[in-house]
Amino acid sequence: MTQTNTAVLTIENLTIDLPSSADRRHAVREISFQVAKGEIVCLVGESGSGKSVIAQAVMGLLPQTLRHANGRIDLLGESILDLSEDRLRQLRGASMAMVFQEPMTALNPIMSCGAQVDEMLAQHTKLSARIRRARIIEIFQQVKLPDPERMYASYPHQLSGGQRQRIVIAMALILKPALLICDEPTTALDVTTQAEILKLIAELQRGSDTAVLFITHDLGVVAEIADQVVVLQLGEMVEQGATRQVLQQPREPYTQMLLASVPGLVPRDRPPVREAPALIRTNGLVKTYTSGAWPRRKHTVYAASDVSLQLLPGETVGIVGESGSGKSTVARCIARLIEPTAGDIYANGLSVANLQGRDLIPLRRVVQVVFQDPYRSLNPRRTVGQSIIEGPTNFGVSVDEAWTRAEELMTLVRLKPDALHRYPSEFSGGQRQRISIARALACDPQVLIADEAVSALDVSVQAQILDLLNDIQQKLQIGILFITHDLRVASQICDRVIVMQRGKIVEQGAIRDVFMHPQHAYTQALLAAAPGRDFAFGIA
Amino acid sequence: MPTLRESIMTAPTDAVASPVRRKPLWHRVLCNWSVRLGGGVLTLLIIMAISAQWLGTIDPVAMDPSSGNLLPGTTAEFNNLSGDSFEHYFVMGTDSLGRDTWSRIAFGARVSLAVGVAVACLALAAGMLVGILAGYFRRLDNIIMRIMDSVMAIPSILFAITLMALWRPTLLTVVVAITIPEIPRVARLVRSIVLSIREEAYVEAAISLGTPTVMILVRHILPNAIAPLLVQGTYVCASAILVEAILSFLGVGLPPDIATWGNIMADGRTQFNQFPQTVLFPGIFLALTVLSVNILGDGLRDTLDPKFNKRGG
Repeated sequence: MTQTNTAVLTIENLTIDLPSSADRRHAVREISFQVAKGEIVCLVGESGSGKSVIAQAVMGLLPQTLRHANGRIDLLGESILDLSEDRLRQLRGASMAMVFQEPMTALNPIMSCGAQVDEMLAQHTKLSARIRRARIIEIFQQVKLPDPERMYASYPHQLSGGQRQRIVIAMALILKPALLICDEPTTALDVTTQAEILKLIAELQRGSDTAVLFITHDLGVVAEIADQVVVLQLGEMVEQGATRQVLQQPREPYTQMLLASVPGLVPRDRPPVREAPALIRTNGLVKTYTSGAWPRRKHTVYAASDVSLQLLPGETVGIVGESGSGKSTVARCIARLIEPTAGDIYANGLSVANLQGRDLIPLRRVVQVVFQDPYRSLNPRRTVGQSIIEGPTNFGVSVDEAWTRAEELMTLVRLKPDALHRYPSEFSGGQRQRISIARALACDPQVLIADEAVSALDVSVQAQILDLLNDIQQKLQIGILFITHDLRVASQICDRVIVMQRGKIVEQGAIRDVFMHPQHAYTQALLAAAPGRDFAFGIA
Repeated sequence: MPTLRESIMTAPTDAVASPVRRKPLWHRVLCNWSVRLGGGVLTLLIIMAISAQWLGTIDPVAMDPSSGNLLPGTTAEFNNLSGDSFEHYFVMGTDSLGRDTWSRIAFGARVSLAVGVAVACLALAAGMLVGILAGYFRRLDNIIMRIMDSVMAIPSILFAITLMALWRPTLLTVVVAITIPEIPRVARLVRSIVLSIREEAYVEAAISLGTPTVMILVRHILPNAIAPLLVQGTYVCASAILVEAILSFLGVGLPPDIATWGNIMADGRTQFNQFPQTVLFPGIFLALTVLSVNILGDGLRDTLDPKFNKRGG
């Protein structure tokens, strides 16, 4: 193979049509960029920008509906778009490999991890079983899996998320491909695990001179890992260049807007909170789950233990932590969607921990919840208006009155009042989240629990929703309990922050103190793992 | 540039383009070719059943032994037992007792379709109630589903035969006999749907809005369970039509003098070698009906199944 330059992957004028029923004509249009040997190129863009379609096109895995691709994709001198299915199959794994977002679904649950990697080797090489095994153990060591022999025999469900992703990376790299495609490989992982995986990918890439095409929506990750950046918007290439240059001197307004939307880690200045009686107070809150029935031993898991917190009017308290830290459990206990095992919860001084059914109505008036997934938190078969007036009518407000109020709320969350007559499917994720907020506010609550309310949103939409929440809080003086795994988001909206780990509060205090001078080792680790921490985002 | 951030924040968000309005649901359903084909044939069969007396038929139970076993397409004199006599064109011939096969098939369609629709409706209603109770109230789940398991263990044909022996063989008995073994199947489906819907965030939102449990079931859970239920309903309907025909054919369904497709086939069975048409024609209609109901069900599943429109609709 003769190579005139070091480009492993060259994409020229790639245009992929969308089916005629879609809302735009092209999935991607006139995309051109190169990935050279030993280089990491990041494709960055918000949802719907076409970044994953490019990855699929490179792997020759475009879905049936997107088969009309024009332009060129050259991998080591071979034109991917013209290759036969057989040749593509030979190339996949050997010359190009992919790491997916969700390691649990990328691995076969009924095969041991070793056997899955072995399958890859057996398909593409003629090595003997013994040598294959030795190679696999070796790569497991390279991706820093503890106890490789045990990992070889383990099944995916026995490993942690980070370990699973290491297996997937091992599988991708075992044949030493020239090109590694990573499609949001750390999005499903906790922030500390994400930092480790990013470090691992960078290390392996440097060691083997692999070309990496890295797809992400997170500019923090870009700052962390990329040599080159390609910014995409709605399938069009907006800007391209060296990472430093694009992140520090963005030329295009869209890139500037994206960068400005990334919340910074430096806490924002917030108006002081006045002393007042607490809206919500929990006292030694415990939630346990018991598994295992007779004759086996009972096994008790503490989802939350000894959680005491309080929330004042006009105050935002953040609960941060990684998955499994119990932050959502606490929120759901306070909203009484689940029943706490022990401890007490006071809403406006009234103990609500052990109330049932209709007795909970006073709490329901005070506390409302905004959920994470905007696509699942609205009933698809009810109009926005019906969803919003549901709460007030439950509490005895007449339909007409509730409807008038709903129209006001629409304006408050910056939507047009005629949206009330439409169905949720007609709105985008960010708009639906506004509707969810309006629904929560319709009951005139004093406390809003936002359970990862901005985590599923694109960064520019996230900024709008955070701003909206801040705005509403100042107008209505409500207390917000803000659950998030994202420290950047927490720094933008919280007055106080509570850090949780394995069901326990490990640190709490004013956001400035906790973020600037973290005391607990876990808080320090969390802050150190925030991607792109050396890069000053959000102050463009 | 300090104004940039502000400009993003205060941008009028109404300007954000909302996704294209999708075609309404009934439109998508009617555009599906399986729905068109299955639904079309089924509609024709229903029209045939309803207007049976105007479709060149005579009394389906009238006998004329002298014109027994006529071949299809024969025109012959028909003398019924009350003494009337007239010329008649026997499209599908007659059976051994001289009854007009076409008339019997056209009137028999009423029984088959009525049984199918009635069983589907009853099984869906009962299964839905049981399934919702089991799925939403976790304490009832174990008891209810174990009862359903035991109902499922009863062989349906034997159960029908027993019921026929205990009660008079009427249309109602047949419907009840076929419905009861179908209930557990529907209940299981509904339970599994309810189990997944009750975890949806909008149900939790409704709980935190203080919506009473009954309203949560009616407003939030039922409407989202309707589509898969409708699909299941078509399969229950098809199976009920078949089971009714089997019961009649075995002689344990409606009495043999009532025209049903199973009875017609049972009558023709002994002479199948000489005169296959008495078995063949009702068999074709039976197969056509069941096939069209199933094709309709497939089409409905393709258009209504939540797996295909996850993002709501």
